[in-house]
Amino acid sequence: MTGWLVASVGTVGDGTYFGWDGFTIQSGNLIVIVVMIILFVLALVLPFPGGKRRK
Amino acid sequence: MTAQATPGPGTPVEEPDAHTWTGRARRWLLKKLPPDKLLPEDQPSYVASWAYVFGMGAIASLLWIVISGIVLGLNGPQWYHVSSLGNFVNSTHLWSVELFFIFMVVHLWLKFWMAAWRGGRVLTWITGVISFVVSIVAAFTGYLLQTNFDSQWIAFEAKDALNAVGVGAWFNVANVGQLFTWHITLLPLAVGAVVILHVLLVRVHGVVPPLEAAESDAQLLHNRPEPAEPPEPTAPPETAESGGAVR
Repeated sequence: MTGWLVASVGTVGDGTYFGWDGFTIQSGNLIVIVVMIILFVLALVLPFPGGKRRK
Repeated sequence: MTAQATPGPGTPVEEPDAHTWTGRARRWLLKKLPPDKLLPEDQPSYVASWAYVFGMGAIASLLWIVISGIVLGLNGPQWYHVSSLGNFVNSTHLWSVELFFIFMVVHLWLKFWMAAWRGGRVLTWITGVISFVVSIVAAFTGYLLQTNFDSQWIAFEAKDALNAVGVGAWFNVANVGQLFTWHITLLPLAVGAVVILHVLLVRVHGVVPPLEAAESDAQLLHNRPEPAEPPEPTAPPETAESGGAVR
């Protein structure tokens, strides 16, 4: 039981925060949003492999 | 009830003597979703785009969420909080949720800018919205089940809001046992049911064509004997028939 508690407590971190003029965001959330925007743009511009050969 | 031959793929279903609710249900289902629409072998050429892969990416992530969740639930918290393998599977459960939401949001953005509710696809859009909302609740209960100070903080930040809207008695974030039931049975069943309905509706109506393909794309004119415009030079003549899933 003690090991369980210690292991659980060990997984909690403060995290890194970025802020501009009252706007604050945690680094993990910012990374996920940036990744989604990058995927969205890449989906629009990247050619699909084998797309020309398909019916 | 008289025996009826099962209609082949694409065969118009004519069962005028279906007089029981099971017969009528079968006739309605076969009319709405014949087998060749449920499991198509071909898709229109515009589906060969990265804009059409994120929905399936979300489904693949959801499958791993369910599989890893079953493993976690069967082994219990003392396994996934203490052992190395348990920690690893717990982490894949979290990261597949991250991927699920990333793919689902990119899918949402792409379909929004494609106006994917066109052509009688309103219910497809609405089931997508519902699956997004239910998934958020399911993920929320997952964060509450971390059984650490983080989950305690989230629970006691959330309880006032949930009490304020009057659902605190049935959705009690301070009751880990109740949340475990929500997280491993009710909400996964709800997400799974809505996602299955969403996919079936995509099969019924076909994938939405790009905006620029509307009206002029030969693959959308397959019901006409002669296409108004010839298909693309690279496409074989039977392409017009292969777009059968598109309305």
